[in-house]
Order: sequence, then structure tokens, then C-alpha cells
Amino acid sequence: MTTIFGVPTQALFGQLLIGLINGSFYAMLSLGLSVIFGLLNIINFTHGAQYMMGAFVAYFLLNWAGLGYWWALLIAPVVVGITGVVLERTTLKRLYQLDHLYGLLLTFGFALIIQGLFRHEYGSSGLPYAMPAQLGGGRNLGFMFLPNYRAWVIVFSLAVCLATWYVIERTRLGAYLRAATENPSLVQAFGINVPRMITLTYGFGVGLAALAGVLAAPIYQVNPLMGADLIIVVFAVVVIGGLGSILGSIVTGFALGVVEGFTKVFYPEASNTVIFVIMVLVLLVRPAGLFGRAT
Amino acid sequence: MTTAADAPAAAVGIGAVTPVPAHQIVAFGVMVAALVAAPFFVYPVFLMKALCFALFACAFNLLIGYVGLLSFGHAAFLGAAGYGAAHSAKAWGFPPELAILFGTAVAAGLGVVIGALAIRSKGIYFANITLAFAQMAYFFSLQAKFTGGEDGIQSVPRGTFLSVLDLRQTLTLYFVVLAIFLGGFLLIHRAIHSPFGQVLKAIRENEPRAISLGYRAERYKLVAFVLSATFSGLAGATKALVFQLASLTDVHWTMSGEVVLMTLLGGLGTVFGPVVGAVIVVTLENYLAQLGAWVTVVQGAIFVICVLTFRRGVIGEVGHRFKKSL
Repeated sequence: MTTIFGVPTQALFGQLLIGLINGSFYAMLSLGLSVIFGLLNIINFTHGAQYMMGAFVAYFLLNWAGLGYWWALLIAPVVVGITGVVLERTTLKRLYQLDHLYGLLLTFGFALIIQGLFRHEYGSSGLPYAMPAQLGGGRNLGFMFLPNYRAWVIVFSLAVCLATWYVIERTRLGAYLRAATENPSLVQAFGINVPRMITLTYGFGVGLAALAGVLAAPIYQVNPLMGADLIIVVFAVVVIGGLGSILGSIVTGFALGVVEGFTKVFYPEASNTVIFVIMVLVLLVRPAGLFGRAT
Repeated sequence: MTTAADAPAAAVGIGAVTPVPAHQIVAFGVMVAALVAAPFFVYPVFLMKALCFALFACAFNLLIGYVGLLSFGHAAFLGAAGYGAAHSAKAWGFPPELAILFGTAVAAGLGVVIGALAIRSKGIYFANITLAFAQMAYFFSLQAKFTGGEDGIQSVPRGTFLSVLDLRQTLTLYFVVLAIFLGGFLLIHRAIHSPFGQVLKAIRENEPRAISLGYRAERYKLVAFVLSATFSGLAGATKALVFQLASLTDVHWTMSGEVVLMTLLGGLGTVFGPVVGAVIVVTLENYLAQLGAWVTVVQGAIFVICVLTFRRGVIGEVGHRFKKSL
């Protein structure tokens, strides 16, 4: 068996794959957080719960309406995104004049409520969600075995991330968005409905979280607490990438997933903390994050 | 975060320390009387739990109420001190007073390290960074040998306090815990209402101006952070002896959320708010405990209600009604 640094290549590539999968989720979640933070200036603590809701909507669609994975991929982000829009319209909107920390506390409260309700209803053991039949099986790449579904998750989330980046950085809509991030009142003076843009942005960010939840459902189980601990890691990812930086979220998301995967091979004890350690180191050198601008 | 109750504080000149107003002394007297009488009516262990959390919330309030920094990682200090006290009492045979001091010192040391790194950032960054440190502390506690992992450190001996007071007697333990709480409470109060506290408020209101007046803002904030960590540690170490247990619950990030909840509910930046908030939250948890996941839902609902309609908190509202700072 071939080895690299004394580690079998099989294990190395296996962890690389797991790292890329985790990285896909980090990237999609931190991208949503970044987009929301850019315009609303709040850290959306409900993000993990909304990721979980996405997985649950997929589960409901399958078991109540008989709609499979592909429909869920389409419907779940919209449904959860709408709940996000309602949340923003009814509550978050009232806090924009206040200290941003109140937004953090409010969304933290919502996360507790949502996770508590789901846990009360479905326990914390997790519900299975079948992989779509088209993506079952896998292929042997010679050096490792690649399950088709995992390849799909990586490719799809990368595509979603790049599409989001393109829309924000290269289209007229994205230009409005970036302008509103810089100076909302000036953009409003040009006749653009900024409050509506804020609402839709929040809905979009939440929808991204839900989409990640659907992608995660067949890999991890559908579990009320699936987002609770993940979101704290994602917060660290966002801080490392630089809050509000779109490209930064995507790159650091994937990169940190891989770093975490390799840590599992070479020094498993540190695999849970490596991202936080990196965060501390990055902040010592660049307080605004790797891709963030100093404020 | 500025609360209405503190707005006039900015008008007070730095260095000029106002005497403690009479109504605060009266309120303190009422609190002490109630706490002395309470164990004869209410289950003392429950009261001790409330007192430990009250001290924890007061320590947390020192940071958010007077420096305006929201830490989302205070569980690290509570938990680390708990492990420190439990380990030193059980494995090294420290008497309770030394175990508590050792636990508190562990939290203070951790506070210096985390504070030095976190204090450079503000607002949401600060919240995130403290949260990340607390997660590191959590995973350390999960994996280190001496913490006992998932089991925690169990059956910690309570021993005899200062070789005189036998802490195995619940009532004796209660009054020792009460003394620790009151001592911590008064020291925090003293710190806030000293020239040092005035500088902290000045930094909170307008940091560049405080710096231009020659105050080293970073240093003041760090001292406040370490003080807050130290008193959180005092609470955690005491709690470990009361329950004879140091476990992962105290290091988990949900605990960091809980202390935010207590302080927010009682009133950010108020003197008595954290105590009242802690008592309410601990009582609620006690009654809701058999309902399982509903505890989380109720906690979340309190957060939402507080933030949307009730930002002054219970004591803040009372103080506002009577135009007195409590």
C-alpha cells in the first residue's frame, strides 16, 4: 500500500473527500451569513436552525407529499426562505436602528425556539433520508472510491457558490446590493427600494442555508440539532474569511474543510479545534480576516 | 450597548465618584435579608445554584453593561474554574477555600490569555471570537484526561471551609456560598463605581475621546475582561463544590447563551438586574425541567420578547418607572 508521510493514501484521500464535503457546507453557510451580514450588519444566529429546517422540509416533502430529492432541492430553499422573509419583516426590521448585538441576540432566541420545537417533536436521534436513486453507487478512481452523491454535493455547492459570487460581483442587481452595503441612504435616494432589497437578501441567505440542509440530508441524518454545533464552526470560518467578503467565505469554507480533514489524519485530537486555532492566528495577523477590509 | 438607565453616567466627570445612592443601599439590604431568610423556606441547593448563577451574571454584566462588550464565551471561565476547583479538591486534596481560589485563578489566567487576544476587536467580532475560544475550551475539556470527558469530575469532596465550617452540612454550605456571592457582588459593585469604572463607561460611550484624554483604553478593557473572567470563575468554582461536580454542561456554549439571557432579562448595566434575571431563569428551568425541549423554547421566547419589547430588562424597567438606577 502506498503511503504519504506514513499515512496510507487511501485514508488520506478519504479524509480529503470528507474535508471537501464539510467544506461545501461551510462555504454555502458562510456565504449566506456573509451576504446577510453585508447588508443587514447582523450575524444571523438562526442560520444553523434554518439549515436544519431545509433538511426537515426535504424530509416532509418526501414523507407527506411523496416529492423526492430533486423537488426538495427546489422547494425547500424557497419555503425556508419565505419563513426568513417573514422573520425579517416582522421582527428583525425593528432592530436596525439599535446596536447590532440586539440582532445577534434576537436571532439566537429564534434559533433556540426553532431547535427546541423540532427537538420536542422529533427527538434528537435523527431521521434517515434516502439518497436519490440516480446518485447511488460510486466509481473507483484507482486511488480511491468516490461515491457519486458526494461528488455531486461538492460540484453542486461549488456551482451555487460561484453563481452567487457572479450575481453579486458581476451583475447590475449585485451592483445595487454592493452599493446598498456601502451607503444605503444614498442608494435609496436613487430610487431603489432598499428595505425590500434587505428583506430579499435575508430570504436569499436563509434559502442558501436551507439548500445546504437538503444537500446534507442524505449524508448526515435529518436531525433537529444538526445545525446547532455546525453554525459555531461556520462563524469561525466567516471570521477567518473576513465578515461580509463573498469570495472570502467561499475560499475559506472549502479550504478549512480540507484542513480539518487532514488534521483528522495527522493529529486527530486537534480536528475539532483546528479551525478555532486558525481563527486566533489569523486575527492576530489580520484582524479583519483574510479577505476582509480593515474597518 | 447603552441602556437608558446609564445615560446620565456619561455626564459625570471621570474621576469624580458619586456616593452610592440611598435607594441602592436599601435595595441591597432587602436582598441580603431575603437571602438570609430564604433557606428556611426554599430548598437550599436550589438557592445555592441561583446564587452561583447570580454571581456569574453579575460578572458577565460587568463586561456588557459597563464596557459594552458582548462575550459569547463566558462559559469557558465558569467551566474552567469548575474543573480547577473540582480537580484540586479531589485529586490534590485541597481544602475548599483553596480549591475555590485555585479554580478562580485558573479562570483569571484564562481571562488574561483570551482577553489579550479578544479585546482588540469589538461588537460582533468580539462575540464571535470569545465564542470560538469557549469552543476550544469545550473541546479541551472533552478530550483532556483529568476532566473525565463526558462523565466530568464527580463526587468532589466539599471538606471543611477554613478548617472550621463543615460544608457537608447544607445550611453551613449555604451561608458560605451566600458570603462568597455577597463578597463578589460588592467587589463588582465597587469596581464599577470607582474611578476605574468611570473610565470604563467613558470608553464605552466614546472610545476615541477617552484615548485622546490619555486613557489607555485597551488596558482598561483588558482589566475589565479579566475581572469579569475572575468573578465568573469564582462562581464556577463555588458551583463545582456545591454540586460536587464539574461537567461539560458548564463549558458548553449553551451556558454562554444562558448567562446572556439572565443578564438581558434582569437588565443590562443595572446593579441588581443580573441577580433577578438569574433567579428567574434558574426558577424557570427548575419548573420546566421535566418538559425537556420546552426549556429551550421558553429560553428562546424570553430572548425574543426581551429584545423586541423589553430591552431594559425587569430591573431596568422598574428603575425607569421610579426614575432610580437600581
